[in-house]
Amino acid sequence: MALIVFIVFVVLVLIVSSRAGRGKTATSGGYYAANSSIHWGVNGIAFAGGYLSVASFLGIAGLIAFFGYDGFLYSIGFLAGWIVALFVIAEPMKRMGTFTFSDALNKNYNRPGIQLAAGLSVLVVSLVYLVPQMVGAGVLVEPLLGIPHYIGVIIVGAVVIFLVAGGGMTSTTYVQFFNGGLLLTFASVLTIAVLVRGVDTTDLPREEGPRGLESYRFEHMALSVGEEGGIHRESLAQTPLRAPEILTTHVEYDEYTGEPVLRLYQLSRLIPAEPAAAGEYTARVKGRTVKFDANRVEEVDGAPFVRIEDWWRLEQDPRFLPTGTEAELREAQSITTKPDGTQLVNGVEFGLGAQTQLRQMGRVSDLPDGEGATGAVGPIGLLSVLSDENTSIQLARAAGFRIDGGTEVSVYYEKPVAGDEYMRPGMRFPVIAREGEPEITTRLNRLNFISLMLALFLGTSALPHILIRYYTVPSAAAARKSTIVAIAGIGLFYVLTMYLGVGALVGGANNPLTDNMSAPLLARSFNEPLFAVVSGIAFTTVLATTSGLIMAASGTVAHDLMVNLVRREIPDKTKVFAGRIVAVVVGVIGIGLGIAFRGVNVSYLVGWAFAVAASANLPSLLFMLFWKRTTAAGIIASILVGLVSSVGLILIGPDMWGIYGLDPAQAPMPLDQPGIISIPLSFITIIVVSLATQKEKPQQAAPAS
Amino acid sequence: MAEDRPSAFEAYERRKVRLGVRMTLLYAAVYAGFVVLNVFFPPIIQKSGLFGLNLALTYGLGLIILAVVLALLYNWLCGVPPTEREEG
Repeated sequence: MALIVFIVFVVLVLIVSSRAGRGKTATSGGYYAANSSIHWGVNGIAFAGGYLSVASFLGIAGLIAFFGYDGFLYSIGFLAGWIVALFVIAEPMKRMGTFTFSDALNKNYNRPGIQLAAGLSVLVVSLVYLVPQMVGAGVLVEPLLGIPHYIGVIIVGAVVIFLVAGGGMTSTTYVQFFNGGLLLTFASVLTIAVLVRGVDTTDLPREEGPRGLESYRFEHMALSVGEEGGIHRESLAQTPLRAPEILTTHVEYDEYTGEPVLRLYQLSRLIPAEPAAAGEYTARVKGRTVKFDANRVEEVDGAPFVRIEDWWRLEQDPRFLPTGTEAELREAQSITTKPDGTQLVNGVEFGLGAQTQLRQMGRVSDLPDGEGATGAVGPIGLLSVLSDENTSIQLARAAGFRIDGGTEVSVYYEKPVAGDEYMRPGMRFPVIAREGEPEITTRLNRLNFISLMLALFLGTSALPHILIRYYTVPSAAAARKSTIVAIAGIGLFYVLTMYLGVGALVGGANNPLTDNMSAPLLARSFNEPLFAVVSGIAFTTVLATTSGLIMAASGTVAHDLMVNLVRREIPDKTKVFAGRIVAVVVGVIGIGLGIAFRGVNVSYLVGWAFAVAASANLPSLLFMLFWKRTTAAGIIASILVGLVSSVGLILIGPDMWGIYGLDPAQAPMPLDQPGIISIPLSFITIIVVSLATQKEKPQQAAPAS
Repeated sequence: MAEDRPSAFEAYERRKVRLGVRMTLLYAAVYAGFVVLNVFFPPIIQKSGLFGLNLALTYGLGLIILAVVLALLYNWLCGVPPTEREEG
C-alpha cells in the first residue's frame, strides 16, 4: 500500500511538473526564471514548498517529539529570517537582477570579480544544503521501501536531475507549489486528528503489527534497592519475573557531579512458551510472537518456558514513582551486536530487518489530577496539558556501550520528565547551567545557541534557492506579495509542526533509532493510508528543495561563472544547454555527497548552510543596498572572507573533529556553529575594504532601495 | 513608466525602504529579546504566560504571529506605487 501511494506520488509530480515546463525552456529567460510569468500566489506557496525541507518537516517534528520545546526553537529561527527577506531583500532583488543574486549585487558595479565571487558562494551554499537533503532522502526511503540508503539517494538524484534539466525553473516552481500545498493540507489534517485524539495514558493502539494497529506497554515493577543504590538477587525476588538473574550492570555517571544518572541491568529470565509446529515453540517477546527451537525450552512445574536476556532500567526518582515505592525496574529495549556480527533485538535473533522489531516509544504516563485521558482537546489546551508540572512524559532515550568480550550494546529506554521541563529550553541546547558544570562550558553552550539563532535569522534571505525565486514573478510588488504568502504559509506550518511533534509523543509514534521518522509514524498511528500519503509528501519535499538548489547552482555556474570565465558573449541557446549540463553534473555530485555523508546528523548540515549563506551573501547584499560608500572590492572581499571563514571554522570545529575520528574537545574551534564569528567578520571586512578603496569608485552611488 | 516621474516614484520607494528597515529592526529586537530570555533568564521564561502556557511558548508562538501580522501590515502600508495608481 505504502509503496503504491509512494510511486503514484512521484509519478504524478513528474508528469505535472514536466508538462508545466514543456515548451518554456527554449530561452534562458524561460529556463532560469520561468519567463518571470509566475503568479505571486503560486510563487508564495512555491517559496514555502521549496523552503520547508525535510529538516523542517521531519527534523523539527522529530526534535519536538524527542526534546520538546528546543525543537520549536528551530521553527522560530527558520521563520524569523523571512522578515529580513520581505522587508529589505525581496523588492530590490527583483528590481536589480535578471536571473541570479549575483546580477543584483553587480548591477551598479559591473565587475566580473563580483559575479565570480558571488557565483562561487552560491555554488558552495547550494552544495552544503544539498547534502542533508540527499542524506534525508536515503534515510526516508530506507525503512519505507526497504531499499538500501544509496539506492534511495540515487533515485532522488535521478528524479531531480530529470526535472531540473528538462523543465528548468517552471517545473521546479510547480514541484515546489504542489509540495507546499500538500504539506500545509496534510499537516492540518494530522493536527486535527491529534487534537481529536487528545492525550490518553491508557493503552492506545499506535503501532502497525500483524493484526493491524496494536500497542505495547513496557512493564514496570516495584522493588527495593541495596545500600549502594543498585539491585541484587534478593531484590529481584520481590518482582514477578521468573527465575531472574543479573548478567550485566551498566551505570552512567554525571560528568560533573559524579552522581549516577542511569542504571541499566541485563537480566536473564524465563518467559512462558507455547507449542507450535513440530519441534517449535512460540513465546511473546515485548508483545511480538517469536519462534523458538524445542531445545531452548525448559519445563518448570510442567509448563514450557524459554530463557531470554533483556535490559531493564532502575527508576529511583520519587517524582516518577508511585507513593511509598522505593524504586521500580522498568523494561527497556536493546540491540546487541556480538563480535562475530550476530545481532540480537531484545535478546532475539530476527535476521534481516531486525531493527524494525524494536517497539515504538514515547507517551504521556500521568496527567494532572490523575485523569486517564483528556478526550478531544483544543490547540491551546493540548500545549497547556503537556507543559503542566504534574504531567509525566516518557521520552525515548538511548545509551550505547560495550560489554565484556567486545559486544556492542544499545539500550533504548523511557526517560520520565515533568511537563514543565519538556516545554522549556534546555533538553537539546544545554543553555541552562548544570550543577558542577565549568563556567566556560556554559558560556560555550550559550554562544553556540546564540550563533545558531543568528545564522537562522540572517541566513534565510541569503539562501540561493530562495533568492532565485524573486525572478520568477513579473514585478517587485509581486515579489513582495509572494514573500508575504510565504511567511503566512511557513508560519502556519511551523505552528502545525508543533502539533505533529507533540502528537508523535503522546501517540507513541517514535522510532527509538531515529528522530526523523516521527511525522510519518504519527500518521501511521491513525491508519496505513495516511502513513503512505505523508511518506509520499516527505519524498516530494526532498524533490522540491533539491530541485531549487540544483536550479540555483545551475543558474550560477552557467550565468555567472561561465560567462565571466569565457569573457565573450554566449548565445542564448548555449546558455540554456550549459544550464542543463550543469544541473546534471551538480545532481551527480549531490548524489555522491549524499552517499558519502550517510549517517551524519542532517540538522548539523542544515544549520551550517544557513551560517555560510549568512556570512558570505548577506553582508554584501545589505551594504550594497544601504551604504553608498560600498565598493566592488569591499563586496568581493566580504563574500570571500565570509565564505572561507564560515566553512573553515566548520571544518576545524568539534563536530567535524568527531567526524574525523578525533576528540571533539581538542578541536581548535570550540564552537559548532560559526555564525557568531564569521558573520561579523564579513560585515567588518566590507566596511574596512570599502573605506580603503574609496578612490576606486568615487562616483558610485548605491541605489535608494 | 517610473523613469518618467522619478520624484514621486523615488519618494514612494524611499518611504518603503524606511518602513522596511524600521520593521526589520523592530522584529529583530523582539527576536533578540526572545533569544536573550531563553539563554540568560531561564527562570523567567518558565513563568506563566497567556492561556495557561508558559512564557517560553507564549513568546515563541507570539513571534510567529507577529511575523505574519507585520508582513500584512507592511503590504497594506506600502499601498500601490504611484505609477500603478495613475495607470489605474
